[in-house]
Amino acid sequence: MHNLTLLNGLFGGALIGLAAAALMLVTGRLAGVSGILGGLLTPRPSDRAWRIAFIAGLIAAPLLAALAGAALPRPAIASNLALVAVAGLLVGFGSRMGNGCTSGHGVCGFARVSARSIVATVVFMGAAVLTVALLRHGLGG
Amino acid sequence: MLILASFACGLIFGAGLLISGMTDPDKVLGFLDIFGAWDATLAFVMAGAVAVSAAGFALARRRGAPLLASSFQWPTRRDIDAPLVAGAVLFGIGWGLVGICPGPALVNLAGLSLPVIVFVGAMVIGMIGYELWPAREHTSADTSESPAVAARADG
Repeated sequence: MHNLTLLNGLFGGALIGLAAAALMLVTGRLAGVSGILGGLLTPRPSDRAWRIAFIAGLIAAPLLAALAGAALPRPAIASNLALVAVAGLLVGFGSRMGNGCTSGHGVCGFARVSARSIVATVVFMGAAVLTVALLRHGLGG
Repeated sequence: MLILASFACGLIFGAGLLISGMTDPDKVLGFLDIFGAWDATLAFVMAGAVAVSAAGFALARRRGAPLLASSFQWPTRRDIDAPLVAGAVLFGIGWGLVGICPGPALVNLAGLSLPVIVFVGAMVIGMIGYELWPAREHTSADTSESPAVAARADG
């Protein structure tokens, strides 16, 4: 791990924070990606337009970067597609049941010092760490 | 204007995910793998994101209303209930399985690689599945732009 990677992390993170701050200051909405997407999938979706616009912005970011010469993100995912599908189902269902994901609870919730979000983040980080430990190192660690 | 602002925020958010490396599931799994060659990047991303958003939120709290809307839709719930914890467990397991969460999933969609398309499709089905789940909280029927909706969603 290189210091440049960590600096990029800090700078990229600051941009994420800037986006979350700007969304609240300008539109009054919280930048929680699962909530923004999930709000489009309820039986009677409300205020669709800003949600679609935010998601379009997320997808447009790598497309604009590609115009500037960057490669489109095509992450190497070693797992088979069945496991990827299970992971997607769990992430979708779990983030709605728990009212948030890494952005809504992890970033915005910590920034608001919300006990609910801090508990949710500690729990999902713990579950994720355990899952990776079992997958990569087996039951014995 | 509100639509344009929202698009711009999504764009900056997506750029942040790309620059920080968080769209790469290997880096995320490297952070979650505390028994392997640990990669601290995600902690730096969180620190940067929380510091800047906390400053912005503090500014917002001193203002009466957002620039382009009538009110701030802050989450109002404070209770730590079973769905919060159970949902976080399920989310964490899914996140740990492949190292992708909703933000990076949507940014990665631009590359149109098969695993990402499968992940996003399954994630959407999972979200709809929760709406159809009988045991869920009966609050989402009210989807008007009311405080009740804001109160329900933490993020």
